[in-house]
Amino acid sequence: MSTSKMINGVPVQEHFKNAHHQFDTAKMGIWLFMATEILMFGGLFVGYAIFHMMYPEMFAEGARFLDWKLGFVNTLVLIFSSLTMALGIHFIQMNQIKKAVWALAITIVCGAIFMVIKYFEYTHKFHMGIFPGNLLDIAKLNEHLTAQGLDTVKSTNLGMYFGFYFCMSGLHGIHVIIGMGLITWCLIRAVRGDFNPNYYTAVEGVGIFWHIVDLVWIFLFPLLYLVG
Amino acid sequence: MGNAAHGSNYINAEKGLMSWLTSLDHKRIGILYFVTILFFFLVGGTFALLLRLELFAPNVNAAGQAVAGAIFKTGDTYNQALTYHGAIMVFMVIVPGIPAIFGNFFLPLQIGAKDVAFPKLNLASWYMLMIGATMAIATMFLNKVDTGWTFYTPYSIRTSGSVSLMIAAVFIMGMSSVFTGLNMIATIHKLRAPGMTFHRMPLFCWAIYSTSILQVLATPILAITLLLLIMERAFGVGIFDPKLGGDPVLFQHFFWFYSHPAVYIMILPAMGVISELLTTYSKKTIFGYTAIAYSSLGIAGVSFFVWGHHMYVSGQSELAGVIFSFLTMLVGVPTAIKMFNWIATLYKGSIEFTASMLYAMGFMFLFVIGGVTGIMLAVLPIDVHFHDTYFVVAHFHYVMVGGTLMALMGAIYHWFPKMFGKMYSEALARASFVFVFIGFNVTFFPQFILGGMGMPRRYFDYIPAYEQLNKISTVGSWLIGIGFLIGLVSIIQALRSGAKAPANPWGSKTLEWHTESPPITHNFSHEPHVTEGPYEYK
Amino acid sequence: MMWLFSLINRANAQTFMPTEGSDIATRVDNLYAFLIATSFISCAILIGGMVYFAVKYKRKSDNDKVAYITHDTRLEIIWSVIPLIIFLVVFAWGWIIYHDMRKMPENALEIHVTGRQWAWMTEYKNGVKSPNIVVPVGRDIKIVLSAEDVLHSLYIPSFRVKQDAVPGRYTALWFKADKMGEFHVFCTEFCGTAHSGMITKLRVVSQEEFDKWLIEESEVSLLPMAQRGAKVFQTRACASCHNVDNAAVKIGPSLHQAFGADRDLEDGEKVAVDDNYLRESILNSNAKIVKGFGPRSAMPAFQGQLSEAEVTALIEYIKTLSK
Repeated sequence: MSTSKMINGVPVQEHFKNAHHQFDTAKMGIWLFMATEILMFGGLFVGYAIFHMMYPEMFAEGARFLDWKLGFVNTLVLIFSSLTMALGIHFIQMNQIKKAVWALAITIVCGAIFMVIKYFEYTHKFHMGIFPGNLLDIAKLNEHLTAQGLDTVKSTNLGMYFGFYFCMSGLHGIHVIIGMGLITWCLIRAVRGDFNPNYYTAVEGVGIFWHIVDLVWIFLFPLLYLVG
Repeated sequence: MGNAAHGSNYINAEKGLMSWLTSLDHKRIGILYFVTILFFFLVGGTFALLLRLELFAPNVNAAGQAVAGAIFKTGDTYNQALTYHGAIMVFMVIVPGIPAIFGNFFLPLQIGAKDVAFPKLNLASWYMLMIGATMAIATMFLNKVDTGWTFYTPYSIRTSGSVSLMIAAVFIMGMSSVFTGLNMIATIHKLRAPGMTFHRMPLFCWAIYSTSILQVLATPILAITLLLLIMERAFGVGIFDPKLGGDPVLFQHFFWFYSHPAVYIMILPAMGVISELLTTYSKKTIFGYTAIAYSSLGIAGVSFFVWGHHMYVSGQSELAGVIFSFLTMLVGVPTAIKMFNWIATLYKGSIEFTASMLYAMGFMFLFVIGGVTGIMLAVLPIDVHFHDTYFVVAHFHYVMVGGTLMALMGAIYHWFPKMFGKMYSEALARASFVFVFIGFNVTFFPQFILGGMGMPRRYFDYIPAYEQLNKISTVGSWLIGIGFLIGLVSIIQALRSGAKAPANPWGSKTLEWHTESPPITHNFSHEPHVTEGPYEYK
Repeated sequence: MMWLFSLINRANAQTFMPTEGSDIATRVDNLYAFLIATSFISCAILIGGMVYFAVKYKRKSDNDKVAYITHDTRLEIIWSVIPLIIFLVVFAWGWIIYHDMRKMPENALEIHVTGRQWAWMTEYKNGVKSPNIVVPVGRDIKIVLSAEDVLHSLYIPSFRVKQDAVPGRYTALWFKADKMGEFHVFCTEFCGTAHSGMITKLRVVSQEEFDKWLIEESEVSLLPMAQRGAKVFQTRACASCHNVDNAAVKIGPSLHQAFGADRDLEDGEKVAVDDNYLRESILNSNAKIVKGFGPRSAMPAFQGQLSEAEVTALIEYIKTLSK
C-alpha cells in the first residue's frame, strides 16, 4: 500500500522510514535500471566489434560517408548538456529553483540541437540512397559519388555498416528523445514548485539517465565516425 | 501477533474490479499475477495436450497410408502450436511465475516490509506483462508464428507470420521481468525490518535475490537481440543474415547468453520455495543455510558463462565447446550441494505429508533426474547425439515442469491459506499430486528413450519405430491434465467454501505467518523486530 | 563394477540406442553407459535417502522431538568434492571422444551434402547427385555441409554424429562406417513446414558396390528423358510433397493424372496443366497457386536451381504419370 505523508515538505511513501531512506532506495533503483541500459547497448557494441573484426575494410568504407565534424559538434553539445543537467540539480540543492529551471531548459535545448543535427545527417543520407541493410541503394549512391568525382562503392555488404549505424544511433536518438521528455516533466514540476533541497529525487534520477545517454554517445562517436 | 479484531484485510479493504486494477498493494498485485498466469498456463497446457495428441500415432503407417485422426492437417499448424506452447510457457508462465506471484506477495512479508520498494513500478510491470501477452496472443489471430520459441535466424527472418509483433511482445514482457527484478533487489537491500540481516532472511528471499540479479543483468541482452531481429525483418540490416555477410550463429550466442541464465531465472525461485516447504513440514531447521544461500548466488554467477553448451553442434569451435562443457560441470556442483542439504534437512525431522510436502518431494525426485540428465547433456559427445532430440525435450521438462511447476504447485498449497484466508481440501490437493506426478513420469520418461533412439524434436511426424513410446507419452499427458484440473477444482472449491484459515496453519516460523490470514493492508500491525534466523525449530 | 557397465551397455545398444555403426558410436555408448550407471547410483542415494528419511521420520505427533542441526562443514565439502570429481572425469572422458569426432581425418572421401527446405542433396566429386548418402564401408568419410536457405542439422543416429548446416559457411563431420546397411538420416534443426519430412537414408555398401553405383549414376544422362526426370524427381525429394500414384494430397497437389487436366487456382482462375504451366510452377511456385494451397506456396522456387535439361526431363516424367 502506498499512501504518502508530507514530512518537511517531502512526500514520503509510508513504506519508507524517512525522506533520506526513500531517496536512497530510488537512487538504487535508477542505477540498476542504468545497468540494464548499458548492457543493452553493450550487446550492440559486441556485435559491432565482431563484424568490425570480420570486415574491417567495409567498416572503413562506411565510415567515410559520415561527417565527423557534425558528430563532433554533437558530442560537444551533449557534453555541455550534461553540465547544465548537473547544474540544474546543484541549483535545486541550493534552493535556487529559478536558476534550476533555466539549467533544465538549456539542457532540453541542447537535446533538441542534437536531434536537429541528427535529422540533417539522416536526411542527407537518405537523399544519397543510404539506408540500412538491404534497403541501401548502391546504384543511387554510386551516381552521387561519380557526380562528385569520387570512387564508387567497393564493399558488396556495405548495408551492414549502415545497419549498425542506424540501429546504434537510432536507439541512442530514441533515448535522447525520451530523456528530453523526462527533463521537460522535471521542468514542469520544478516550475510548479514540487522540488526543494530535501526533495528532488525525480531530477536526480533523470539526471543519471541523461548522463548515461551522453556516455553512450561518447562511445558511439569514435566507433562510428572515427574508427570506421 | 496482529490485531484481528476489526477483520479488515487487504482483500476486503477496497471493493470493485477497479480497486484491483489500480492497486499499488504488493499483495493485490501478486493476486493479479496469480490469476493471469494461471490463465496463461491453461492456454499453454492446452497446446501441450494438442501436440501430444498429434504425436499419438505417426501420420503415415508402415504401409505408407495416411492414418486417420491426425489433428493437425499440416506441419505448419503443428509448428505454430509448438511455438505457442513454448513461448507462452516460457515467457508468460515459468519466467514470471514464482517471482511475480509469490515473490511479490511474500518477499516483503518475509523480510518484514510494508511493501516493495517501488509500488507503482510493480503495478506497471504487471501491465507490461499484460500488454506483451495480449500482443503475443493477438498474433494467433493475425498471422500465426511458427519459429519455435527460440526464434533462430535465418528462419525467423524468412518465415511469414507476425514474427515482429511476437518479438515485440517478448521484448515488453522482458521489460516487465527486468522491472520486477529491479524492484525485488531494491526491496531486499533497503526495506528489511530491524534485525532482519541478510543472514536471517528466509532462503526464498535469497533465491528471489539471485533470480532478480539474473533478470536485471541478462534480460537486456535478450532485448537488444530481439530489437535487432525486428530490424532484420524490417530493413534486412544483415547482422544475423548470411545474405549480407552476417552470422546466424551470432544470434544463437546472443539468444543463449540470455536464455541460459533464464533457465536459472526459472529454477532458482523454485529452489527457494523448496527450502521453505522442507523446513516447515519437517519442523526442522534447514541444514546448511549458508551453503544453500550462497549456492544460489554461485549458480547465478556461473550461469552467465555456460551458454555455449546449447551450441556444441552449431559450428562453434572445438575449443569453445570444451570450455563451455567444463564450465557447465562447475554449475552442477552448487546444484548438487542444494540437493544434499535438503535431504540432510529431513534427517531426524518430524515429517508431515501434506500436499505441499508431497509436491516438494516430487520436486526433489524429478529434479534429481533432470539434474543427472543435464550433466549427461553437458558431456560433449553425448550431447552431439542427444542435441535436438527428445532426450533434450525430456530433460528440460524434468527441470521446468518436474522442477519449477511442482514447486509452484507446492507454493500454491503452502501459501494459499495466507493469501486467501481459506483452507482447501487436503484430499483433493493430494489427489492432484498423485495424478501430476505419475502422469509426468509416464509422459516424459519414455521421451528419454525416444531421444536415445534418435527421434528429433519439433517433429510433426515420426518413423513407425517410435510409435509405442509416443503412445505411452501421450497417455501420460492426459494424466497430467487430469492432475492439474483436480488442482484447479481444489482451489475453486476452497475459494467458494473453504474453512477460515488460522494465522499459522502449518506452524511455520517465517514472518509472513506472524500476521493474520489474509494479511492486513499494511502487512503487520507492529513493525516486526527480528532477533533470530528464519527456521528456529527447536 | 565393469560387468555392470557392459551389461547396461549391451541392453542399451539393442533396445535404447540405435545400432552402433562405427567405432566412435561404441565409444560414445560406453561413456553413456558409465553416465547411466553413475546416475543410477546418485539417484539411488538421493531419492533413496529422501524416501528413507521421509518414512523413518514421519510425523507421529505434534510434539515430535526434532534434532537441531544447522550445518556440517565436513559433509558440505564431501558432497561438493565428490560430485565435482565425477563431473570432471566425465568431462575429460567426453573431451577425448569429442576431440576425435571433430578432428577431420586426412585422405577421407569427401562428400558434399546440402540442406534446403526440405531435402538433403548429396553431391560426389565426380558430379553425381543423389538424395541418399551412399558410402563405402570401412573408409573415413568426411561430409562437408552447407545450407541454401535456413539452418538444418545433419544427424545420423547410428553413428552418433550430428552437425548443423549453416547458410553462408561450411561445416563438416566425419565417420567411418564399420557395418553395411541402411541407416536413418534426420534433420534436427527446426526448418519449417516439412522439417519432420526431411529424412533420408545413409547406405553403407562395399567398396566395389560403391564404385559400381558411382559409375551407374554418372551415366544417368544417357537414360531416356522421362526416366531422367524420374531421377531428378527423386533427387530433389519432390515425392515428399507430391503424390504420383494416387490423387491424395500431401503438402502439395498430387501429380497423378495431372497433366492435361484443369486446375482451379487460388485467385479463382482456371488453368490447363500443360508444359508451360508446369515449367512456370516448378521454377516459381508462387506464380499460379492451386486452390487450397495458398496464400503463399510452401514449395521452394527452383529458378536457378535446375538446369534447362532437368526441367524438361521433369515435365516429361510428369506426363508419364497421366497415362
